[in-house]
Amino acid sequence: MDKHCKFCGTAEQEQKLKAVIEESRDMPGCLMHILQEAQGIYGFLPIEVQKIIAEGLNISLSEVYGVVTFYSQFSLTPKGKNRISVCLGTACYVKGSDKILEEVEKQLGIKCGQCTEDGLFSIDSCRCVGACGLAPVMMINDEVYGKLTPKMVKGILDKYREVK
Amino acid sequence: MEKMVNIKINGIPVTVPEGTTILQAARTAHIEIPTLCFLKDVSRVGSCRMCVVEATGARGLVAACVYPVSEGMEVRTNTEKCRQSRKMTLELILSKHKKKCLSCERNHSCELQRLSLGYSVDEDRFKGEDFVLPLDDSTPYLIRDNDKCINCMRCVNACKKQGINAIGPIGRGFNVHIGSAFDRPLSESPCVGCGQCVVDCPVGALSEKSNINEVWSALNDTAKKVIFITAPSVKATLGEAFDMPIGTNVEGKMVAAIRRFNPAAVFNMDVTADLTIMEEASELINRIKTNKPMPMFTSCCPAWIRFVEQTYPEMIPHLSTCKSPQQMFGALLKSYWCEKNNIDPASLFVVSVIPCTAKKFECAREEMKGDVDVAITTRELARMIKTAGIKFTELPDEDFDNPFSIATGAGNIFGATGGVMEAALRTAAHMLDGSFEVLDFFAVRGTNPIKEATYLVAGHTIRVAVASGLDNARTIIENIKSGEKKYDFVEIMSCPGGCVNGGGQPTLSDSVRNSVELKEARAKALYNCDSGNSYRRSADSPTIDIIYNDYLSFPNSHKAHEILHTSYKADKTI
Repeated sequence: MDKHCKFCGTAEQEQKLKAVIEESRDMPGCLMHILQEAQGIYGFLPIEVQKIIAEGLNISLSEVYGVVTFYSQFSLTPKGKNRISVCLGTACYVKGSDKILEEVEKQLGIKCGQCTEDGLFSIDSCRCVGACGLAPVMMINDEVYGKLTPKMVKGILDKYREVK
Repeated sequence: MEKMVNIKINGIPVTVPEGTTILQAARTAHIEIPTLCFLKDVSRVGSCRMCVVEATGARGLVAACVYPVSEGMEVRTNTEKCRQSRKMTLELILSKHKKKCLSCERNHSCELQRLSLGYSVDEDRFKGEDFVLPLDDSTPYLIRDNDKCINCMRCVNACKKQGINAIGPIGRGFNVHIGSAFDRPLSESPCVGCGQCVVDCPVGALSEKSNINEVWSALNDTAKKVIFITAPSVKATLGEAFDMPIGTNVEGKMVAAIRRFNPAAVFNMDVTADLTIMEEASELINRIKTNKPMPMFTSCCPAWIRFVEQTYPEMIPHLSTCKSPQQMFGALLKSYWCEKNNIDPASLFVVSVIPCTAKKFECAREEMKGDVDVAITTRELARMIKTAGIKFTELPDEDFDNPFSIATGAGNIFGATGGVMEAALRTAAHMLDGSFEVLDFFAVRGTNPIKEATYLVAGHTIRVAVASGLDNARTIIENIKSGEKKYDFVEIMSCPGGCVNGGGQPTLSDSVRNSVELKEARAKALYNCDSGNSYRRSADSPTIDIIYNDYLSFPNSHKAHEILHTSYKADKTI
């Protein structure tokens, strides 16, 4: 887990999570549902959040962590205000999307799966956004950027920096 | 009546109850199907695919360990298709297995090795990605080498069965590995050190942290007096490491073998089991008479103590303050025995031989540090005997050294669930009522996870409970807390069946583990010792007499408290 991304959950968030746990605890397989809700509330699933869930369901932290690490949509690190998702699906990959990812990482000084210190950007990779005709593709929030070259990356990121 | 089902396995007709798995049914036809992830009483996940067989009515091969039989089913366990599939499975497992077999602790007792040989696998057929996962040696008792792990989940299920859940699978697909939450070291997990994961591991991914080298160095050091003390259950299991039948009492050969290492003495820990009983029974009576927190819990099992300190710190006042027999012995040797023989305690090196991994942690506890220098498991002792070239099975029977040689039957049975309770009852009842002559407390014997009984002694009703396995201990505590149950005295052993099934005991092949009632067979050796012993009650032991007359005066005396008792503290760091 990123050391510099400190957990700063609010009492309100905790209350919300505990309410979710309370109402779904008797449902079979409720852990998945609670984790999804928790990620919705906090944006990610740090140890503090997983502990609340483990205690609430009276299961071990190791069991919660096992499920969190099994599913790629659960994240242990916080997401940025702008969520970058570089497609590494087959079509994008053969068109060199690995170079795009590399460039994004270089520009932001973080690795895939991490979040910048100012919380402005986070990088993830994904497998196909259904825009193979535009390969290589990346998404920032809901915006799709296609036919990318590494050179184009900086300009695109700058747009998001300006609207801080 | 159960509905019976008729099936054929390799052409042999078998009738078994409905719901029986193919694996169980095959056993009744004396056919063994190879397994890896399956372990009787512990793990049944059907994931490794070693036990695949052909069965009529099923598509493709099925996993015999989980697939139930049905009427008229015909099963074939040894077809070309089965053999090829198992061979391929093994070769795939081996593609990412660290094959350091020559120096592996489980060389010759490894299930993967045994099966690989049987199926003539090519261990290098597939070149897997080289994974170098960190070695976890963060605890004083256990080493996890995940490069040898085959992800069979047996350790995870063993931990789950204990209700501890310190470990689990992490990640997905090729990245799956077993570890604690957030990949933290085991020392920062709720692990209590029972070691059930170690005895249940089919390969060398889990082992005790060995102290053998320290023992050899001490034996080599002329300035050191090395004393060996052996725990009650070791005599009942050590023979297994030398291919002797399960449940063979090898006390005499064990003493003879250790004596071949040339230590200063080999002493019998059953003696301090008796001493524990003297102190514990007196403490119990004192608690009954002075309205101290009841029930009183036994305190011999270090994994149990750790469990209370971590999970139920509010129950600490209920724990007996008695040290365990191991720690009492160390303390007694470094005080009484040294004073008596004019020996500098600093020159004494006490090696305890125990069936347990948690005892390695216990002797390193701050409160008792130095009483016992190192604790080695039954497995480590067996390895030392083999290294020393001692022909164990051909040794004569020899006696322990005096003055710590003669113990009672009560001390003998300490290694089985219910043994400490029965031993304590024999003495406590007699202390309360001198005419109380009952010596056999059958209700607390046997391997049931929880046993209860009520005894009436000298006007006192003593309600007792015995639990083995920490999940059962949890049940007992919850019942006490809710007020549903009331007890006066409770015995807890962390390992299911007690120390005879401890985490430091010899590992046995799955083909044995899956067909033998191990706990019963081993415990029987201890109960036979007891019934054949001329002393059955700890208070009647001549050795105990000497210790109190010479040194401690009487049970729970000031001196006894100083040397034989300890304290506990809540641990909320986990």
